[in-house]
Amino acid sequence: MAKNKFAMGGFWVIVVMFSLCFILAWYCKDPNQVNLTNKFAPSSTEHWFGTDALGRDLFARILYGGQVSILVGLIATAVSVAIGIVYGSISGFAGGRTDAVMMRIVDTLLAIPFLVLVIVLQATLSDWSGDATRWIVENFKWDKEFTGRLTNIVPLFFALGLLGWLTLSRIVRAQVMSIKEREFVEAALALGYSKARILFRHVIPNVLGPTVVYSTLTVPGFIMYEAILSFLGLGVESPNSSWGVLIKEGANFLETEVQLLLLPGLFFSLTLFSLNFLGDGLRDALDVKAAKD
Amino acid sequence: MSLLKIKNLKTYFHTRAGINRAVDDISFSIDKGEIVGVVGESGSGKSVTCHTMLGLLPQPPAKVEGGSVTFDNEELLNLPQSLLRAIRGKRISMIFQDPMSCLNPYLKILDQITEPILIHENVSRKTAEARAIEMMKKVGIRDAEARAHSYPHEFSGGMRQRVMIAMALVTKPDLLLADEPTTALDVTVQARILKILRSLKDDLGIAVLFVTHDLGVVAELADRVVVMYRGKIVEQGNTRDIFEKPSHPYVKGLIACRPTLDTQYQILPTVDDFLKTEIRKDGSFILSEHPDSKERLSKLKEKRESSNKDISPPLLKVSGLQVHFQTGGGFLGEPRKTVKAVDGVDLQISSGQTLGLVGESGCGKTTLGRAILRLQKAKSGSILYDKNELNSLSQKEMIDFRKRMQIIFQDPYASLNPRQTIEQTLIEPMIVHGIGSNYSNRRDQIVSLLEEVGLGPEFLLRYPHEFSGGQRQRISVARALAVEPEFIVCDECVSAMDVSVQAQVLNLLRELQEKRNLTYLFISHDLSVVKFMSDDVIVMQNGKIVESGKAQEIYHQPKSDYTKELLNAVPKVSLSK
Repeated sequence: MAKNKFAMGGFWVIVVMFSLCFILAWYCKDPNQVNLTNKFAPSSTEHWFGTDALGRDLFARILYGGQVSILVGLIATAVSVAIGIVYGSISGFAGGRTDAVMMRIVDTLLAIPFLVLVIVLQATLSDWSGDATRWIVENFKWDKEFTGRLTNIVPLFFALGLLGWLTLSRIVRAQVMSIKEREFVEAALALGYSKARILFRHVIPNVLGPTVVYSTLTVPGFIMYEAILSFLGLGVESPNSSWGVLIKEGANFLETEVQLLLLPGLFFSLTLFSLNFLGDGLRDALDVKAAKD
Repeated sequence: MSLLKIKNLKTYFHTRAGINRAVDDISFSIDKGEIVGVVGESGSGKSVTCHTMLGLLPQPPAKVEGGSVTFDNEELLNLPQSLLRAIRGKRISMIFQDPMSCLNPYLKILDQITEPILIHENVSRKTAEARAIEMMKKVGIRDAEARAHSYPHEFSGGMRQRVMIAMALVTKPDLLLADEPTTALDVTVQARILKILRSLKDDLGIAVLFVTHDLGVVAELADRVVVMYRGKIVEQGNTRDIFEKPSHPYVKGLIACRPTLDTQYQILPTVDDFLKTEIRKDGSFILSEHPDSKERLSKLKEKRESSNKDISPPLLKVSGLQVHFQTGGGFLGEPRKTVKAVDGVDLQISSGQTLGLVGESGCGKTTLGRAILRLQKAKSGSILYDKNELNSLSQKEMIDFRKRMQIIFQDPYASLNPRQTIEQTLIEPMIVHGIGSNYSNRRDQIVSLLEEVGLGPEFLLRYPHEFSGGQRQRISVARALAVEPEFIVCDECVSAMDVSVQAQVLNLLRELQEKRNLTYLFISHDLSVVKFMSDDVIVMQNGKIVESGKAQEIYHQPKSDYTKELLNAVPKVSLSK
């Protein structure tokens, strides 16, 4: 992979983005500090990127927003990979009627527009977020405001993750079906191994490579969905920040204060590009067939 | 005046691991209308030579380091691609090993055969089609006019290879490069293809460069032979001279290690019995005759005590076994068909004996082996193993028998889990069947197991892709032995190997049989190998047994016509032309 300049470039951009959002952000100004006397301030040594319509520091809001966006991508991917691998491999390995029923379920879910499903599921999960906040504050004595923000965001993570595994499970199933025809699986049957042992020790390890590669390509997809939902006002809600929220807020002042849209948009696009390049690079580098010889 | 002249050709591959001298300073030539066979094992550089000539090698990593290839007084190596294209397919044609993947599945046969004519010559479509059909007739495709409009999948493997040959010859080339064209075919089909090549050569006066690993094929076909080993030519000359009095120790070894229908060896000699290789520090090597090769050979010829175990009752007795497959009946409504893969087979094997099972591809021999191990559901019939009826057992009850009955597959690449180290691969069956008490005890057992199959303990932590094909097959043998079975199905287990490696694995199997009193069902399409291995032989065709009996009897007095045809089709190294 070292030879693929785009992938390496993407990798370093991601590293920088991570350190900005998860390390530098702690030393930044409070992203929620409202100062109405200093709104739409231009870039200065105090406010590197200037301030927004409420006088909040834009640089800090971009970094905190990045935390949410990147975490959405990672957590949703982790959840969907876990579900997708288990579901897809059971379906592919069992075959026959089980496989048919499990795949028709996937087909049905795929037939409904993805965003509609996510919005419905997120709304359902959000219904509990008020109760959850109260419960956490009472039992763990967490800060109320912080908990409230957390319970606003977490349903989105899971709504995306719980529905994002559909395509992945089909990929896993196809992989499993081809691996299961390989002679080493037959050898395992001939040696008297149990079905579960064959599935978990012989089949799944062999489908992990392509699956992980595919899933790196889904991370930017989830970040994008979060932005779309937030832009529509259905995802992360203000005053919480995410790249989608910032783009939405910036769009309001498109004609006068264009940097409020451009700067978060730049961070957002740069991250998506880099993740895509990195994913492509990983796919080429980990290609099982190419690595064999 | 030679048609093609290769002089001091060097093609190296520059890889991360260093320079691989794939073709290292070779020279030979082909005259007009001559068939030259290039023989060598995999990795000897024979295919690279072919591809270098036509500029078909990806560069980098390959690089032509020097030498010249002259074709009809024209230097090919420095020719720009545009001029090379005019020669490729027109004056030099090529046919490949796999006729399946070399034909475009979406084009009709006729279109594929006319394509080279239309590209290289300025003729009308009609003339081109007439020529294509004429050529199809010449390569022995019956009913050519009608069949020309079918698609490749409607042709059998042998027929497809004929189509490939027709495609290569339709532009009337001067030279045909044939890269292992019969390796993927059954012996009877191979015999027919070789006959066609020979008659076409006489007919059209083309020269053929025939690349193969099979000495028998070369002996049948070629006028002259070039033997390659590790990128170098070790010997070249007239076919008769080379086979009757080979001078280079490698060639001697190669000829001897191939079991033939009249092999007298009890243990096959290997190339190592003839050849001593000294590798120098800079990667080059010196080959010399092994000092005590004569002594070694005479030892191998000694008759072993042929133990008469025939009195023992059969360990495995199969009667009336039927395995049927349903095809079609899918979504698009193709008619349902029943394929009778195994159709009423009876056989029995006594303990410690080897039963050879021969037949061409598609005859049901693999299905039979799998059905005996209950890896494939049988429709009816009985499988009596050590007085237990296996067909009535549930998969759970089968587990006890899985320990006693094992299988070794054809492809050691596919039969080992690529994500497990050798240690994990070998220990797992022991854990599942409760052999050995703890890790160190099991580890000791697998170390001695590896030693038994000729590998050292240093291999334990490596992954399958780090091994050569022969080593990998040793590992599959070790895995099968890990559960201490008494019966092993060997399903084409040496078919994918070079002859020298094949000899080693066959010797290993015989040695293990003697030591552990193993019983084999030895499945192969290769009649010579089956003869070498087996006490009894059965011949299968279309799911049925056409002949069975003692190996000696079947090979010397075959009763059925099919067996006779099979035996006649085997290329003989002993020359009779």
